[in-house]
Formats: sequence, structure tokens, C-alpha cells
Amino acid sequence: MRNQVITVKNLVKKFGSFVANDNLNFDVSAGEIFGFLGANGAGKTTTIRILSGLSKPTSGDVNVAGFDAYRQTEQIKRNIGYMCQKFSLYEDLTVKENIILYGGIYGMNKSLIKERLAELLAKLRFQKYENKMISDLPLGLRQKLAFSVAVLHEPKIVFLDEPTGGVDPITRRQFWEMIYETAASGITVFVTTHYMDEAEYCDRISIMSEGKIVALDSPERLKKQYNAASVEEVFIKIARPN
Amino acid sequence: MMAPLNQECLEKQYSPETKNDLMFKAIESSGITKTFGPTMALDNISFSVNESEVFGFIGPDGAGKTTLFRIITTLLLPDEGNMKVLGMDCTSEYKELRKNIGYMPGRFSLYQDLSVEENLNFYATVFGTTVKENYELISDIYAHIEPFKKRLAGKLSGGMKQKLALSCALIHKPRLLVLDEPTTGVDAVSRSEFWDMLGKLREYNITIIVSTPYMDEAIRCDRVALIQNGKILSIDTPQKIRAGFSRKLFTVKSVEKYKLIKTLRKNPEILTAYPFGDSVHVTFINDTSENFLFEYLVKEGISDAVIQEAEAGIEDRFLELMNKGE
Repeated sequence: MRNQVITVKNLVKKFGSFVANDNLNFDVSAGEIFGFLGANGAGKTTTIRILSGLSKPTSGDVNVAGFDAYRQTEQIKRNIGYMCQKFSLYEDLTVKENIILYGGIYGMNKSLIKERLAELLAKLRFQKYENKMISDLPLGLRQKLAFSVAVLHEPKIVFLDEPTGGVDPITRRQFWEMIYETAASGITVFVTTHYMDEAEYCDRISIMSEGKIVALDSPERLKKQYNAASVEEVFIKIARPN
Repeated sequence: MMAPLNQECLEKQYSPETKNDLMFKAIESSGITKTFGPTMALDNISFSVNESEVFGFIGPDGAGKTTLFRIITTLLLPDEGNMKVLGMDCTSEYKELRKNIGYMPGRFSLYQDLSVEENLNFYATVFGTTVKENYELISDIYAHIEPFKKRLAGKLSGGMKQKLALSCALIHKPRLLVLDEPTTGVDAVSRSEFWDMLGKLREYNITIIVSTPYMDEAIRCDRVALIQNGKILSIDTPQKIRAGFSRKLFTVKSVEKYKLIKTLRKNPEILTAYPFGDSVHVTFINDTSENFLFEYLVKEGISDAVIQEAEAGIEDRFLELMNKGE
């Protein structure tokens, strides 16, 4: 059996009498690309806040990267990365400054930051952009850099929020190749998205509706089960009961 | 002088192409260029939109969609080129034109501290009409949010905000509806509902232009323009754009996706290998058989490959056009 980096058992999160997460159960393996889907207001954000140590469960067992979601939230934060499409890098800092800033936030020492900076610039062929402001970079390059920064400290898990929404089709594919490469290196990739065609790239997906997980399997098996041509069709069939 | 054409006569006598030429143009644009400092936002854009057509501009963020829409709605002047909307010039006749356009910008721009009902009344009043007068037009859409009409607009969910913004853009019964990325950030169910609502507006002969980064929404439009880096790559019906794909396309599946992509890229016979969801889309430089590919993959240690010939989608064609341009 593969190593589980996220285990969620009977997770309940309430806000007053409102049940945002209603008895969730799922595991995510090391190196897996896991899609976390649901309609607006289904309760995804609540779960992600718990998985990233920003909020505590009301009840249930949640373990992330080997740490407990009630008592070890600081250790959880140090072992995860996060990237969202809307905001990830500081636009009025240069490429190099952003990398140094994030390296510092992740608690990496100076020599390690310097080493990773050089590696990253070489890998992305970004040397000529080293001292350019983020605001001067084309969007596609920004996205790739944002992802690289999110895994700068080699976290166990990286959370991606609509990572390729709005980017051009070529950049989008380069981006997914980066994600595959990252997953192949053992980092778990946890994707939330409204783009159902992004969900098609994941190894497994879960679909949430009204605080519950209503489907969890590989895109291919879900499509078979619901007799649907795409994840989008599956989603429309089950994400909104009415 | 040409006799006025009616719809029936057009249907009977002309091919679709000729019909397209003779239809009344809701938008005629030629040579539109717009720069912001060193950035070329729009580079010599020419197109026309037929009356009562649903016309989509499909392209990534930064392609120039919003700039173009701001020129169409007379909010921005082009550096060069001509733009006629509903037969009126966007520069000299902007005042009259604005009365006939409904615009839903990409960013939610209603008054967050007014209620649903107050926003709708406000927009009706600004355009010199009443909610009652044009209620029929929005009734299907507004019905979804009417139970919340006393709620502040800022407190609505994403899907409800979108429906209110559409209602406000329609309340003066515009002849042209301009929707800038109406479905971005909206879940798949609301997205599908939104397109159904647009479909119903066809009955009222409203011309609709809509922008989206979602390639799969092309199919909901009569015609689309693919746009990238301020240039239009192609304009046609979604079916014809897909049919424009110039090569045989294969989908290849394997459990080890990353290894599959790397392996495919190594083969000199393969022109492109792009991940597409759970498969990889492959084209060859020369016409090649599935067997050749299968044997190659087995030799490279991938024995579970499933290969099928497939029809190209809008995104495949977009990729092809992007590669051609570079």
C-alpha cells in the first residue's frame, strides 16, 4: 500500500448550527494528483483551510503530512505549499526577490535559498528575468514561477487553486507537465478547480455537495459509472441534487 | 439600390456564406489597434458580427478580450481603425450607441451596498425605463434571485451575482449585449445554466458578444473568434474551426502519464504530444499508423498504451494555430 500523506476520518466542521463539512472520509497518497471539486458553497474551502492548518476540525481525525490537524498546525504549514491563480507572487518585487522572500517565509537558510534560486532559474530558463519585476512578466511565465515557488521548500503536499485557469493552451500543457513531474518526484498535488477539464488531468477526484463527498474515484471510472462523456457531465449530474 | 432583405428571402436564395455577407451587421470592425505603453493590446483587429448572433471571443487572459470589449462599448478609444456598432460610429455617435448596449464587465460592478431590487431599479432609471416595462425579458433570469430581492448585492453568492448583473445589463432592452467573461469563477452547473439563459434571449433578437477563456464554451456560440496576443487567429463556426485541424489526431492513454509524454517527445516522427486530461493528444510529421506508435511505445517499456484516432476539438485547433504563428 502506498504511503498516505493525507488521512481524513469522520471530519465534521460546524459554524454554529451550520454543518460545513459533514462526516468526510478520504485518503490521499504520496505523489498522487488529487482533484477536489464541488459547486460554489459546497464546503471545499472549509476543508482546505483545515488541511492547511488554518482552521481546526469540530470532530474527526485529520492527519496531514504526518501531523495532527488539532495540535500540530504549525508543522502542517511548514510541510505544505500553496498556489492560487489570482495571487501568489508579489508583483512589485523582482523574480529573485520573490524567491528569497518565500524561501525566508518557509524557514530555509540562506545557502539553501541561493542553491534553489540557481536551480530554479536554470530549470525554467529564467536567468534573463532574474531581476525583472513580476508585473513585467508574461502571465504564462508568472504561473510557472508561482508553481515553482510553491514547491521551493520541497513540501509533502502542494495545494493548487485553479492553477491553469485563464492561461493559454500551450502554457497550460507545460504547466501540467510540471505538475506531473512534481508528482512523479513524490510530492502530492491537491487541486481545487471549477474547470472540469482540469479535473480530467487528476489521478482521482472527489466531488463535494452540501458538505458531503458524493463521489470519489478516478475520472475514468466515474465517467463509466455515471455513463458520462466528461467529468463535467458527471459533475452536473451529481453536484447539485436539485 | 438593393431591395431590403427579409429573413425568409435570405434562407431561400443564398448560401450560408453569402447570407453572412448580406445580413445586417451588429458590429463592423476594421484595423483596430490599441497600445498601452509598450504593450500591443490589440493588433489590427478586423471582424464583423451579424445581427442576433451569439458571437464568442475565446482566448486566454491577456489576449486583449477586455480591451476590445471596452472599445465596442465606447469606454475606450482605439489608436487606429474603425468600429461601427449597430450602424453607429463608436467615436462620434457614442451617446446614442450607449443607450442600446447592455454591458456586463468581467469584474462584478453593481452597487454592493444596494439591495438586489435597488440595483435593478437604479439601472432601469438610468436608462430612462422601468423594471415593469421590460420585465418579460429578464423574468426567467430574475426569478432565480427574486426571493432574495431585499438582500444586499454584496452578500449574494457568485452564481446569484452573475444573474443579477445579467438582469441589470438587460433591463433597458439593449440591442447588443456585451458579456465579458461572465462564467469565470462560476461552477460548472451555474455555467451551464447561464448559457441556457443566453440561448433563451435569442427570441428577442438581441445580438450577444461574449468572451471566455473556456475553450469548451465555443460550442454554445454561433461563431467564435480565437484570440491570442491581441490578434485574431481564426473566425468561424465552432464546427468549421474544429474541421480546420490539418492532421490526423490520436489519443494515447497509459497509467504512467509523465513517462508517456517524455517517451512520445523523443520520437522524431512525432510532431506534437500534448497532455489533454487523462490522455495525450499526438500528431505525426508524416502520415503514420497506430501500429507504428504502439510498437514504439512497447519497445520503450510502455505496454499498456491505448491508442485511438480522434476528432480534434477547439483547443487542439487553437494549439495548432498558436504553433503556426510562432
